[in-house]
Amino acid sequence: MNYLKELESEAIYIIREVAAQFEHAAILFSCGKDSITISHLARKAFFPAAIPFPLVHIDTGHNFPEVLVFRDTFVQELGAKLIVGSVQEAIDNGEIHEQSGKYASRNTLQTHVLLKTIEQYGFDACIGGARRDEEKARAKERFFSVRNDFGQWDVKRQRPELFDMLNGKIRKSENVRVFPISNWTELDVWNYIKQEKLAIPSIYFSHIRSTFVRDNFIWPVSDFVPLTVDEKADIRQVRFRTVGDMSCTAAIESSASTVDEIIHETENAQTSERGARIDDKWSEAAMELRKVQGYF
Amino acid sequence: MKQVLRIAITGNVDDGKSTLIGRLLYETKSLPADKVEDLIRVSKRRGFDSPDFSLLTDGLLAEREQGITIDVAHVYFQTPQRKFIVADTPGHEQYTRNMVTGASTSNVALILIDARNGSLLQTYRHFFISHILRLSTVFVCVNKMDLVDYSETRFGEIVDSLFSFAQRLGFPSEKLIFVPLSASLGDNITTISQNMSWYKGKPILELLETLDIESSRNAQLFRFQVQHVLRSKLPEYHDYRGYAGKIASGKISVGDAVTILPSQFTTNISGIDFAGTEVQSAQAGESVSIRLEKDLDLSRGDMIVKENDLPTISRTVEARVCWLNERPAKLRSRYLLQHGVRRILAKIDQVKSVIHPELLEEKQDSESLSLNDIGDTIITTATELFYDPYEKNKSTGAFILIDESTNDTVAVGVII
Repeated sequence: MNYLKELESEAIYIIREVAAQFEHAAILFSCGKDSITISHLARKAFFPAAIPFPLVHIDTGHNFPEVLVFRDTFVQELGAKLIVGSVQEAIDNGEIHEQSGKYASRNTLQTHVLLKTIEQYGFDACIGGARRDEEKARAKERFFSVRNDFGQWDVKRQRPELFDMLNGKIRKSENVRVFPISNWTELDVWNYIKQEKLAIPSIYFSHIRSTFVRDNFIWPVSDFVPLTVDEKADIRQVRFRTVGDMSCTAAIESSASTVDEIIHETENAQTSERGARIDDKWSEAAMELRKVQGYF
Repeated sequence: MKQVLRIAITGNVDDGKSTLIGRLLYETKSLPADKVEDLIRVSKRRGFDSPDFSLLTDGLLAEREQGITIDVAHVYFQTPQRKFIVADTPGHEQYTRNMVTGASTSNVALILIDARNGSLLQTYRHFFISHILRLSTVFVCVNKMDLVDYSETRFGEIVDSLFSFAQRLGFPSEKLIFVPLSASLGDNITTISQNMSWYKGKPILELLETLDIESSRNAQLFRFQVQHVLRSKLPEYHDYRGYAGKIASGKISVGDAVTILPSQFTTNISGIDFAGTEVQSAQAGESVSIRLEKDLDLSRGDMIVKENDLPTISRTVEARVCWLNERPAKLRSRYLLQHGVRRILAKIDQVKSVIHPELLEEKQDSESLSLNDIGDTIITTATELFYDPYEKNKSTGAFILIDESTNDTVAVGVII
């Protein structure tokens, strides 16, 4: 079997297991290419039946505007229900507090809102688009990753996953994070997007943008990140390899304006996909520490 | 056609497992520059002069602090020929659980040996696990050949010792391939080493790229478990009832006569859909939705097989079980047995013997199985299992046991 078909069949199998083993599952939808891929796979997994899960977007309020526009169109075409968990609302209610300083970001604040949304809707399984090749802590993830009632990941007590048998049995108040495209690489996702002709937000493609350089990263100029006196905005031709917040996602200089050109660029890339994620550079184990707290 | 090869790599911390993985990533250009820089920076901070490749796969803080691999990590690389999924499995004896886990999802095993030390107890253990899980090929990589002056004699000694072990196990010799290499210097990784002109085989990457993996599952009998029943509210699909699932083995075409288990009703396949598209036939590994001519009532866990190819139907099985949990097995108490997607109550009636893989000795009539033990058992289930011996069919011959009080997956078994 062709490798993309094998990966696709594996992911569809896992997504169907979620529908069969859980009562209230959801797809965590960030508007990024991975969650778009997941949603597309879910549509295929159940067709001609409807996708039996809502999409959940944790909205930090620091989105790229073009991504939000994409989200609404995408969800409508998919015919799925959208649930938005708002970080801004949680700040306004005094549940969490905005960070301050030059590197203020809402990245870690998302965890609170994510866990609150899971609890509020009683989700017992949340499907995410995380991949093991992205990051070293994610390389240790299971397809079915059990979280305790505080949403925490206990790395030392992970269930072994044998053959393709998935054990999603949990106690009430625990939940499971599910990662159907664990075995896909960034390149696999792009090749799949090409094969399936999937629409993706425009920020993945080369465009002209006002940017500035901080700590060797190209930051997008936005209302969320004030420039310091010695920083200067410049127009650059860039694109983004991941969709995160405007306050923690750096751009790369690129002229790739089609999926084919992106595939070519990815094949020859000298930096990794999350190399432009400022949130991963906070410390050596930034991802693991956030995951233990309940992050995606 | 580009295919996936899944590899379980094991070896002791000092056998150079991480170095080999790092080398494969490096040689296939799967390691971007920023990851290499990261690696060098963190290695220096930890007091190493050269890059410590284990940092690539030891992703957890505890692993990095202690310099050991605790959990299976997955690593990916590809060449124009193939996509490789590597399960990096810790080699310590106490991590048999992880070896079994990594091997259960792999096509082949790659066992590393330090040429200076030769086969260790865990080498035999991993070999044994590869054998009972019927991996298609075992590559024994004798690493650090540079430290034994690329000695053909030394290599021959190691080959002989494992070869006789393989014979005692009944492991087919044509599925056992020995490669002398140096992961740190790059000998026999992508090109044939000039230092070992006596080696007449191929470099390891070429072996992995050219190994025949055209699934033997296609040649086996058709086995399909219903995972989920699909019904549609769309007007044009008003009467649609599709049985969704992944084909475990064999092939199926529209029109084929099939039998449903447990009901034993017979009918014909009226349609097959793959991801929303109608197809005429489908094969092992594909997630499809199957429609039947007769209006029968199937639910999750029911099996569809071809009319004259029934599996074994029984409430008692003999199985080789590996215990994966700190809490030992309790004889005659209830567990949940998961066979594919089907769960039924089961109990272990008897542990006939516990096997010491290193010595191939058996201890008779044990009262229990402890963490990492491998034993032959008799298991009884509450209702009938539809299975094939594991040797004949990996998908329908394996199961896991779940402890209902903790929900943990506590054991894995292969039916004899």
